[in-house]
Amino acid sequence: MPDQPLPQLTIRRTDRCQVAASGPWQVQALARQGVIGALRTTLAAVPADTAVEWDLSGIDALDHIGAQMFWNAWGKTRPQALTLAPQHRAVFERLEQASALALPAPPRPARFSMDRLGRPLLALTDHLLGFVGLIGQLVLDLGRFAARPARGPWKEISANVYRTGYQALGITALVGFLIGIVLSYLSAQQLHTFGGDIYIVNILGMAIIRELGPLLAAILVAGRSGSAVTAQLGVMRVTEELDAMLVIGLPHGFRLILPKVIALAVAMPLLVIWTDAMALAGGMAAAEFELGLAPSYFLRKLPEAVPIANYWIGLGKGVVFGALIALVACHFGLRIKPDTESLGQGTTLSVVTAITIVILADAVFAIVFSGVGYY
Amino acid sequence: MTPVIEIRDLWTQFGEVVVHRGLNLEVVPGEILSLVGGSGSGKTVLLRQALGLQRPARGSVRVFGEDINGSRDARRLQELRRRQGMLFQHGALFSALTVFDNVALPMRELRTLPEELIRDATLLKLDMVGLQPEDALKMPADLSGGMIKRAALARALALEPELLFLDEPTAGLDPSRSDSFVELIRSLHRSLQLTVVMVTHDLDTLFALSTRIAVLADKQVIACGAPEEVVAVRHPFIEQFFGGERGRLALGGWRSRRERQ
Repeated sequence: MPDQPLPQLTIRRTDRCQVAASGPWQVQALARQGVIGALRTTLAAVPADTAVEWDLSGIDALDHIGAQMFWNAWGKTRPQALTLAPQHRAVFERLEQASALALPAPPRPARFSMDRLGRPLLALTDHLLGFVGLIGQLVLDLGRFAARPARGPWKEISANVYRTGYQALGITALVGFLIGIVLSYLSAQQLHTFGGDIYIVNILGMAIIRELGPLLAAILVAGRSGSAVTAQLGVMRVTEELDAMLVIGLPHGFRLILPKVIALAVAMPLLVIWTDAMALAGGMAAAEFELGLAPSYFLRKLPEAVPIANYWIGLGKGVVFGALIALVACHFGLRIKPDTESLGQGTTLSVVTAITIVILADAVFAIVFSGVGYY
Repeated sequence: MTPVIEIRDLWTQFGEVVVHRGLNLEVVPGEILSLVGGSGSGKTVLLRQALGLQRPARGSVRVFGEDINGSRDARRLQELRRRQGMLFQHGALFSALTVFDNVALPMRELRTLPEELIRDATLLKLDMVGLQPEDALKMPADLSGGMIKRAALARALALEPELLFLDEPTAGLDPSRSDSFVELIRSLHRSLQLTVVMVTHDLDTLFALSTRIAVLADKQVIACGAPEEVVAVRHPFIEQFFGGERGRLALGGWRSRRERQ
């Protein structure tokens, strides 16, 4: 509606200063580009003494925002000489009533205070305590599950294995295969300069089975399923489903956390085997292409190059990483507060923490098993 | 007088389920029209269609004379949206913003109003709905149900709309709060010359506020008119809805109140 009239303000200077307003003084008209700026320039030119006569009877339509503009220009009091259309009186009366309103000053935190120093430390302690508590609860729930396996949450476990394991097959295969190719190319070029082409099997086999397979699978699962679990629990908090479960008598630990931890602890080693296989296939293909190493030779040489202990270490890592990812995701999911910002923050924090903890655990594995699995 | 909302031959379908079959409805300026109907009769869906949040399968919805589904012009639609306000059933306040920022957001989004004007106008709106300036800096999560409704109403009124939609305005409020909320809507309707479209199940709210009632049943508007006309219509749903014990109580209270006035 570009042909609409605009709010107008004119100053007439006779013996006394007169300000006359006309047009629609409504938010839609005022919000038009440039209107407010022009009006404020005119208002600034009005002398600040009380002898100004305000004539607002020419205004077609007035709303509270338009009236507020006048009110602010008057210094929040009614001017002595004011002509108003009768239908606009009520608006100004309303403003007069509300003119004493002021926003309370937000509490300003001191720049340096013990509180600010201590808060992150307290938060960290709180998280650590909560996590330890979660593990303790998990052990109790595992005991309960072991005591009466028939009454365990089998359906939830199976659903979680499907969601976190089966549905992750595609992405882990793709990433595993590509990383295998990359690694193979990288090593092949270096080995070629030393004439040690055949050692590609040792390098790829050890690296993938012992380290990269479990780590790749874990990072992908942490991003994929860890975030999903945290967000799911967070939404359940927002919609009060978590409270509803407690009221019905379904403890969170036994029905939500235990199945997720068991499912990931089962699914992760399987995913590790799958990722290992895919990465080795990628490496094998690249080795044939780059070095002319036949796949049959690669496969024959693999068991000699990689002691079987490495395979078990990889599987063990899978179990531990899976359980850790599920625990971290549940830990952050249960701490989400019922608002949208907390949901986003919690999910981000959950994925970042899960990946960090997985890498930490990997370092622990490297130290503990430093003497195992090598010739 | 041109109607504010004009719904013509509207069909709504979810998969195989037909919710509205050739529904017609008009809302005239200055009235408070209430939509009533059983659960699943498509009251909220109709409200969402009038807001342009949902497209009907067939038929036209004109708001302020503009076909909201036919218009491709995003700016015109935007201008149309600024002339209407909506109070969602659960408030739908942005949980990451304080109450003050929630109410100020529509004004800030115009991007032309100076901040001090926005601040004063926001405080005025909060005052209108009966919230204290101290509540302005609270987060929505810290508010009670009644305060959330009030803050959401202040946000709906931020741009001085001509048309206000209310979805279950008094659901979840205790009787005294719901009475004061009804009083608040009535006084705002009077002072701001609003047109109000409301969905409600609460018979007291219905009789206290409505100038007209539209009854949704059999996938259509089966009756539309002043409360006493609608109550007199002979239809199984209307008899069941208003003829029950609660209906008779609310109706009796409303009649005695009117006689006193």
